[in-house]
Formats: sequence, C-alpha cells, structure tokens
Amino acid sequence: MIIYDIPAFPKENLVKVENVWLVDRSSSRRTQVGTLYLTATHTIFVGKGSEDRNELWVLHSLVCNVVKHKASQSGYPLLIHCKNFQVIQFIFPQESDCHDVYISLSRLSRPEKYEELYCFSFNPNVGKAEREHSWDFLDLKAEYSQMGLPNKLWHVSPINREYRVCDTYPADLFVPKSVTLPVIVGSSKFRSRGRFPTLSYYCKENHATICRSSQPLSGFSARCLEDEQMLQAIMKSNPESRFMYVVDTRPKLNAMANRAAGKGYENEDNYCNIKFQFIGIENIHVMRNSQQKLIEVSALRSPSMGEFLTGLENSDWLRHIKSIMEAGLFISKAVAEEGVSVLVHCSDGWDRTAQVCSVASVLLDPYYRTLKGLMVLFEKDWVSFGHRFSHRCGHLIGEAKEVSPVIDQFLECIWQLMEQFPCAFEYNEKFLISIHNHIYSCHYGNFICNSQKERKDLCIKEKTHSIWPHLWENKLDFMNPLFKPDQSQNQGLLRPSTAPYCFKYWRRLYNRFDRELHPRQSELDSLMTVKEETQQLEEELALYEQKMAVLDKEHAKTLYMQKGVLDSKQALWSLPLDTSLANTPQDYISGFIGGAPNVFTLQQGERESAEVCLYGDKTKSSDADNSDQESGVADFSSHSSGEESLPSEESVKDPDSDETGPNRA
Amino acid sequence: MEFAELIKTPRVDGVVLHRPFMPTVEGTLCLTGHHLILSSRQDNTEELWLLHANIDSIEKRFVGSLGTIIVKCKDLRVIQLDIPGMEECLNIASSIEALSTLDSVSLMYPFFYRPLFEVIEDGWQLFVPEEAFKDLESMVLFYPWNETTLFGLPKEDEEDNIALWSAESAFTVDEAVMMRAAQPLTGTNGRRCKEDEKLINATLCAGKRGYIIDTRTIAVAQQAKTRGGGFEQEANYPQWRRIHKAIERSNVLQDSLIKLVEACNDQSHSMDRWLSKLEASNWQSKVKEILTTACLAAQCIDREGASVLVHGTEGTDSTLQVTSLAQIILDPACRTIRGFEVLIEREWLQAGHPFQQRCAQSAYSNGKPRSEAPVFLLFLDCVWQILRQFPCSFQFNENLLIMFFEHAYASQFGTFLGNCVAERVKLQLSQKTVSLWSWVNRPQELERFLNPLYEPNNLVIWPSVAPQSLLLWEGVFLRWNRSTKCLDEACQEMVHIIEYNKELQNKVNSLRRQLAQLETEDSPLQTP
Repeated sequence: MIIYDIPAFPKENLVKVENVWLVDRSSSRRTQVGTLYLTATHTIFVGKGSEDRNELWVLHSLVCNVVKHKASQSGYPLLIHCKNFQVIQFIFPQESDCHDVYISLSRLSRPEKYEELYCFSFNPNVGKAEREHSWDFLDLKAEYSQMGLPNKLWHVSPINREYRVCDTYPADLFVPKSVTLPVIVGSSKFRSRGRFPTLSYYCKENHATICRSSQPLSGFSARCLEDEQMLQAIMKSNPESRFMYVVDTRPKLNAMANRAAGKGYENEDNYCNIKFQFIGIENIHVMRNSQQKLIEVSALRSPSMGEFLTGLENSDWLRHIKSIMEAGLFISKAVAEEGVSVLVHCSDGWDRTAQVCSVASVLLDPYYRTLKGLMVLFEKDWVSFGHRFSHRCGHLIGEAKEVSPVIDQFLECIWQLMEQFPCAFEYNEKFLISIHNHIYSCHYGNFICNSQKERKDLCIKEKTHSIWPHLWENKLDFMNPLFKPDQSQNQGLLRPSTAPYCFKYWRRLYNRFDRELHPRQSELDSLMTVKEETQQLEEELALYEQKMAVLDKEHAKTLYMQKGVLDSKQALWSLPLDTSLANTPQDYISGFIGGAPNVFTLQQGERESAEVCLYGDKTKSSDADNSDQESGVADFSSHSSGEESLPSEESVKDPDSDETGPNRA
Repeated sequence: MEFAELIKTPRVDGVVLHRPFMPTVEGTLCLTGHHLILSSRQDNTEELWLLHANIDSIEKRFVGSLGTIIVKCKDLRVIQLDIPGMEECLNIASSIEALSTLDSVSLMYPFFYRPLFEVIEDGWQLFVPEEAFKDLESMVLFYPWNETTLFGLPKEDEEDNIALWSAESAFTVDEAVMMRAAQPLTGTNGRRCKEDEKLINATLCAGKRGYIIDTRTIAVAQQAKTRGGGFEQEANYPQWRRIHKAIERSNVLQDSLIKLVEACNDQSHSMDRWLSKLEASNWQSKVKEILTTACLAAQCIDREGASVLVHGTEGTDSTLQVTSLAQIILDPACRTIRGFEVLIEREWLQAGHPFQQRCAQSAYSNGKPRSEAPVFLLFLDCVWQILRQFPCSFQFNENLLIMFFEHAYASQFGTFLGNCVAERVKLQLSQKTVSLWSWVNRPQELERFLNPLYEPNNLVIWPSVAPQSLLLWEGVFLRWNRSTKCLDEACQEMVHIIEYNKELQNKVNSLRRQLAQLETEDSPLQTP
C-alpha cells in the first residue's frame, strides 16, 4: 500500500490493527478484510491484497459518534456514524483492539480546541501567496456593489468595525444612510445580542430590501425609540412603498413565551406602518430531533414501504422544509411582486433568519442560482452574519444541544427547488452535497468558528485554506447540463409550488453512501458527457472550417493532415457512465424466508454471465472487474454472512470523497 | 340503438370550461355519440374533445340556474363545465352518464372510428406467435380448441394433456424458460394430474432445476384449495421448488388506486396528511411487491439458469405483471418500442388479461367495484420505476407508458377491447377496428415517445426495490395537479443537447471526409 505523507503525523498516535473486517451494510458479500490505521487526522482502512483504490479514508472531524456493539460470532463490531451520513462498520477479532480503537477514535473525533481541527494541519502543496489568494476568491464588497450598493439610500456603516456593537455581526454592515450612529446603537441595545436590523438583500429594480435582525427586547410593553426609528428608516429607504413587513419566523407561541424573558416581537402599534407576520418555523431542538428520526429512517435496512413512509412522516422533516420554503416564498413575493421591504428575525437571527433570507434570495435572484452566486450567498448570509457553524455542526466537543441541521435544511431547500426547476440552476446536486460535506469536514477554514470576529482572532485566513477556489477548480463536475439562464421562467422570481407532494425525500444526501439505492445510470452524468463531447466537436469543427478556408485559398497545396485530431471518434457518451456501478441484483427474497414450510434458500450457482459489464464497455467485459455479476447470487440468502469475497469493484471509496484523502484533492 | 335517443340536448352555447393550469374557455358544448366537444369557435383556441368512454364519473351542482358538471376522467383529469340553464345542464349530465356507460362493446368508438392517417403497417399483424417462438427448437406451438390463448409447449406433450389443466406460455433465456399458468386444481384432497406433471416436468432436462413462483402467500394458496384450486405438491414435481410471494389480489388494487388519487387531488392538506394518505393507499407497497417478485423470477433464470413457472390463481393478473417485468429486466429487446409492444401483445393481450373488465372504471368510480382493477397501470408504474433507474436503457420514454395507460382505459383503437383472444376474434376487431399499433408505429407519432438518452444495453438490469429508490409516478398521478412547464422545458433541453451533439457530429464527419478527399486529390502535387 501507499502510506500517505501525513503532515504532523505523530508516530506514537498511530494505531494499526490487522485482520479487521469492513462490513458493507447493504450486502454481506462485499465484506472485506484488511488493516485499520488510526492517524492523527484519519481512520484508514486498507483492503488486503488490493490496489490502492480499495482504501477507505474517514476524517476524524466527520465522525459523529462511535458505538461498540455486542460481540457477535465473527468478532467485536464497531459502528462509526459520520456527519455526512456514512455509516461504517468494522469487526475486530480481538476485544482489546476494538476497545482501543473505540477509545482513540472517540477522543480524536471530539476535539476540544480549534487548533486540533483538520484545517489547521491540512497542507496541500501550495505556497503562502496562493493560500492567501484563495481567501480573496470571493469579495463581498464587490458582491454588494454588484447588488447596487452603496447607493444614495444605503451605505456601509463603520460602527461595527471593531465588533463593539455586535460581536457576532460582520465588520461591514449596510444601513440606511438616514440612520445616525446613536440610532444604530440604541436599536442594537434593544435587540438580542445587539443584532440590530441591517441589510441582507437589495433589489435593484424596485429598491425593496430584505433586512435581518434578532428579536426585539420588548417584553410585554417595552419600547425603544431608536429601534422604531431604525425600522422607519428602512421602510423609507424604499421610496415607493408605504409600509414594510416584519416577519417573525418563529411559531407565535414561542415568540410569546419569549416575552416573559423580556424578549419578544414588535408591537404593530408602536412601529409606524409595519405589517407584522408570524411564520411558524420550529426551533433548532425540534429540527435536531426531526433530522435524527429522518436519519434513522434512511438507515433502515430493507424496510417495507409502509415503514419507510410512516417513518418519513413521523420525522416531520419534510414539513419543516416546507415551512422554510413557504417563508422564503412569502418574503420573495413581498419584495418582487409588492415591492415591499421585509425585516426578518427569529430569536437571535442566525438560524431561521439565515435560512429564510437565503432561500428568498435564491428565489428572487438568478445570480444565486449560479455556482459563484451560491458561494457568495454562503459567505454573506451564513458565514459573515454569524451562523454558529462550530456549534451547529458540532466541530468541537461541547453542548450537544447546540447542534442542529440548520444549514442542511437550507441546502435541501435548494435541492427541492432544483427538482421543480431543472433548468434554473447552474449547479447540480453534487455541488450541494460537496458543500455539505465540507461544512462538516473541517477541511477548509470557511466554516470554522461561530462569527467573523472569532475567525479573525484565530487567524483563520492565515492558517487555513478557503474552500471556494477548490470547488471552482472542479466546477465541471458541478455544472447542471440543463441550465438555461436565458429562459424567461428561469429569470426573475421562482414561484415554487409548496403543495406537500412537491417535497421529496433527498435520497442522494441521506443515502449518499448506499450506492445500491441510486439509479444505476445517471441522466445527469450522461448529459454532462454529451455536453463535454459537444464542446470538443465544436472545437474540432472550428479547426476543420479553418482548414477548409485555407484550402480554398491556397488550393490545398500544402495541406498536412493532423492524424491525431482526425481520428474518428465513437460517441463518447455511449461509453460507460460509471463502470464502477455494477448492476447487481438486490436481496429480493429476504423477509420471505423461513415463514412458510416450503420456501427455501437458493444455493449459490456459479454461472458465467456473458453480459458482464453494464455500460457497454465491451473491451473490459468478462474480466474480474465486475465480479458483482457473479457473486450476486449469494444475495438470495439473506443469512449468509462472513463469507470471504473481496469486492474488486470500488465499493468502499466514494467517487467524490476526494476530501477524505489528504493529498488527493 | 340510436345514439340520438340518448342525446337530449346536443348543443349548448355559453358553456365555460375550467381545466387545471389552463385558461378558462367559453364556447359551445356539443354532444355526439362518442364525444363531448367544447369549442370556442375561434381560431387558435384549443378545443376539448373528450371520449365519453374516458369519463369515469360526473357530479352536478347548481347555483341558481347556473349548473356545473364536474367531469372526472379515467386518465385522472378533472374538468369543470359551467352550463347556463338548469334543464340543459340536467340533460347534458344524463346524456353523458348514459353514453359513458354503454354496455355493448360493439357500440364503442373503435367500431366507428375511421383513421385520418394512412395505415402503413397493420398493427393487427404485429404479433405472430410463430415468429416469437421460432428460436425455441424443442417447442411446438399449437392453438388450443377454444382459441383463448396461444401456447408454446414442449414437443413431447400431447395436445389434449393440458386440456383440463392450467394454460401455460413460455419465454426463454438461453436454455431456461419462463412459463406462466393458472393454479393447479388440486383441491383439498390433493388431486393429481399426471398430464400436468408430465407437462411441467418435461420442460426441464435431467439435472436441471426449476422454480415455481406462486404470487400468493402460502396461506392464501392453502385457502384456495377449499375452492378447488391449490398449488403444486413438490413430491409430484421433483425438479421444481416452490416460492411464495405476497402479491395482493386485484380487487384490493382498485381501492388502493382510489385512495392514492384522492390523496394526490387533495391540494389543501398538510405534509403529515399527505404522507399518511400516501402510505395508507398502499400503492407504493404494491409497486415494491411486484417489482421484487419480478426480480426474483429474473434472478432465478439469469443467475441460477433455472426455469421458472409463475402463477397465482387465474394467471391473468399478477402472473402477467411478474412475467412481463421479468422480461424487461432480462431482455434488452423488451426495452425497445417495438419489443415493448410485442411484450404487451404477448404477455397481456394474448395471455388473456381481461382489459375490458379491469379498465371499465378508474379511480373516480363511485359504484360498487365489480372486476375493475388497475393491474395494467400498476405494471406500467413498475416499468416507469425501472426506466427511472436505468434512464439510458430504454428506447422509449415515460410518454409511451402514459399513452398506454390512457388507451387501455379509453381509446379510438380496438386493441384493448375484449377480455381475451376468443372475445376479440368474436368481435372481429381486426376487421372492424384500427389497431393501436398501426397508429403508434408511424414515424410521426414515434418521435414523441423516443428517449433521447437511449443507448442499447444488452445487459440484465437489476432495479433497486428499496422504498428509498421507488418514487411516486408523478407523470400519471400528479399530471393534472401541477404545472409541467418547467419539467417539459427540461425534457426539450435534453433533446436539444443530444440533437445538437448529433448535428455537430454529422458536420464534423462530413468535413472530415471532404478534407480527406481534398488531401488525396492534392497528394499527387506533393509527391513530384
């Protein structure tokens, strides 16, 4: 095997255990034996007697929890649940090994200090200048000016330069020009954690804005003149409109309960010309439990349809997604159709508020449906505005109650929109999944810490790398071949249906590593290949046309054919879409075995299948590359476990898990 | 009988038509013997032509003298007609009711329909059994006495041996065969039939094995004995092993469809209610059950090299779902348009699926169900699931499946009339009506059904049957409940991408040829 050069590799921490079983949970016949290594940053499993692709790399920061299971016949099982929904099961021959790995991994996967996170040791071979440059890839100032800011109504206030007014806000904030510093300070004192109303999105066409803040400290009757002036100024900065919406994204009951603690919501009587609206999105605790249930459903092994649908319903997950989408739609319609500005808040204004503002932005502005635009949206509405990534994603050991899939829900809202508007997005599903992975992986510095101030104090930009240039370099993988930016229905406001049946279960995310559950051929991949080939053809065509022109002129006296270019090509996209995806039958009989006296288990029959390779790559057929074809028969029996069959196909290494190997990206 | 007797008011002006996601149309409503027509009598406006046979049920409402008829169609569409005048409205409603429930088959539209296109290839001649089975050397084909079904049978069997027993038909992969049948009539006292045993055992050479897939649970199969049915005793069929799968009977299916469509049509409900109603309809479970059984049958043949005999009770419903899906999984030919047509012809029409009975009513029937059941629709749903999982392996697209669904329930063509071959012969369909295949197979029509991503794939395609992998067939069940503008646009874009690619390829190839030609012409100049 290849031992990767892992930076800061403390030899004494290296644990190595041989003869460990890696269990493929979807089918026992893909179980393989190999050696397990624990390094400072990764758990690495190397299949025995295999080439280097038969490796499994798991970043410690992606590990959600480690569980020892009861000893079985085959040994001592250890289950690792990852934050990217991968579930890995090892079986150790020795109890002591299992325990050692359990203890080490439990510690390694729960860092206490930021400095232990992977991004601080991740060291691709790039120079200092290049790293620093990576942080300049996105320039929020330029982005705001793209939006049309500053202008005669809005400007950047220097008030938070030192993070003194609000330590969870960014240094640069847009406020109405008419607002004076004392008003901002006054308003911030009347808002939870000083998060005063400030601009999130500005609509160039009609001057309507989306502003965000935290809840007011209104209690049962408190007022704040400056806060009232602040809202008045925001409304007036939209000259056309005579009122503005104040949207509290919490359920009314929660907001009312907050009043008892001296917080609460705006009283319509105290603020001029506001229309107040509750949108019941549940809090982070409800969302955490909901996702936990969803993950349990997604991880069910051969559930019945009833179990799955009931589980999906009981998780309430899609109901929450729907409520976020509805909130985003409400706001985007207010801005685009009514031309009315909206102030959005929840309690602290960094979870639901971020979700709703960014969903509204995606609906409103085609820019956020491009690769670059979505990156900007993440930096702007989430990173800079102090979404508590470290808490919500559980980067460090700490309050389990702070963890919540707020960001997952935003990504899922975009995915649900992509299902309804297949041509409206420049990026594809893989882009969302890749971002999701990196939010949790701590591979890059972007999603570390809870606020801009914390990141500055930690010198994140000096010590880590930025994710965005890395994603940009791989953008070919993330392009949606169906993207049609010029189509009128993809321009302007998207109006998704929020009927319940429009919300679907996101299999590609929650069953990301259960490859047998996904379509065996991918429409997306085929189309991407066709587009790629089309581009080559265009180039070739241009070349030929140029040559023809030359020939016409000079009567072809000095023509030399370039053999290489002229070699006839077969349709590229008819070639394998993904040769690693073998077509294998599933376990179609389980659950029926043993019930009736006459049923029985089919024996394994060795049958050479003439059709070995699925995707028409004839040259490769009949070699062992696709051994699944032959070994598939074992699936008839749901009980035969532990048989020794090494998968020769890539069953453990996810194609897009570049992030798990340090020197591969 | 004259249709005129049933049409009390043939024409009403000022009728307003409401359709989901379409602008309302005001115009004149006309009733003919077979159609409900609404026309605004203006150019460039779409008219509504609705076959009475497509109408599943109607509801009437009155507000003052304005009557409203809600027409619920078998293709799951719901339209609303506002008709001024109470009497007119009542007349129209009763006419529609009468015309959409005509008892006599010979009054159906296919007997009156004259095609406006030239029949190039007569669809009635599409499936010739001798052709399909010609590769099976050890089989003989023969037509039994009553012409209900066609059989491919092992040569050594005598013709009358099967007379009392189950009817069988075969499909082969290499040396393994797939057969279907009805249940054996063993009864409670375990009757045997030497001929049936001989027939079934004769399909296996020495040393070969076979599987009998009974689509019923063992309990249901046991129960069938009390009614004279039953299952094969293994002692009497030594080379065969029996597997029971739990596919529910067809009468439960109708209820399932009604519940599913009701859930899909209820726009008002919350997420919880939607999911619980979807679950309660049980439709998706049935998709999973049938696909699972079909995969099992395919697996026996492909992986074990064993022969398979599939049967339930009658062998005309779940049996056909299983055998036809197994063939789609195994045989690339069935994934072409022509092959799929042949499959429907052979495994459904010739095999005696009672289309007339099963498709008499659809999801909006409010009467007591007789023998209606969406067996064929469920089969199409399963095909769609496989198509979703292997989007490049089928020559056809979803539109073809939807079209078959529509025509099975209401059609101008005679193909799906009658319940078995014998009835169709008696009705003289091939002389008196036009075949659906004659129309579909015209190049102009075929275009609509082509899958741009199709690349022939000779392999067995194993679908995933996990609930996470099975989707609701929105193209049918949500078809009228959502705007398809964006999805249609995506389909067009896909076609465009591939056509543009082909166009470029052609251009590049022709330029390449021209250049090569020029080069050879020029070459003498270069070599002095």
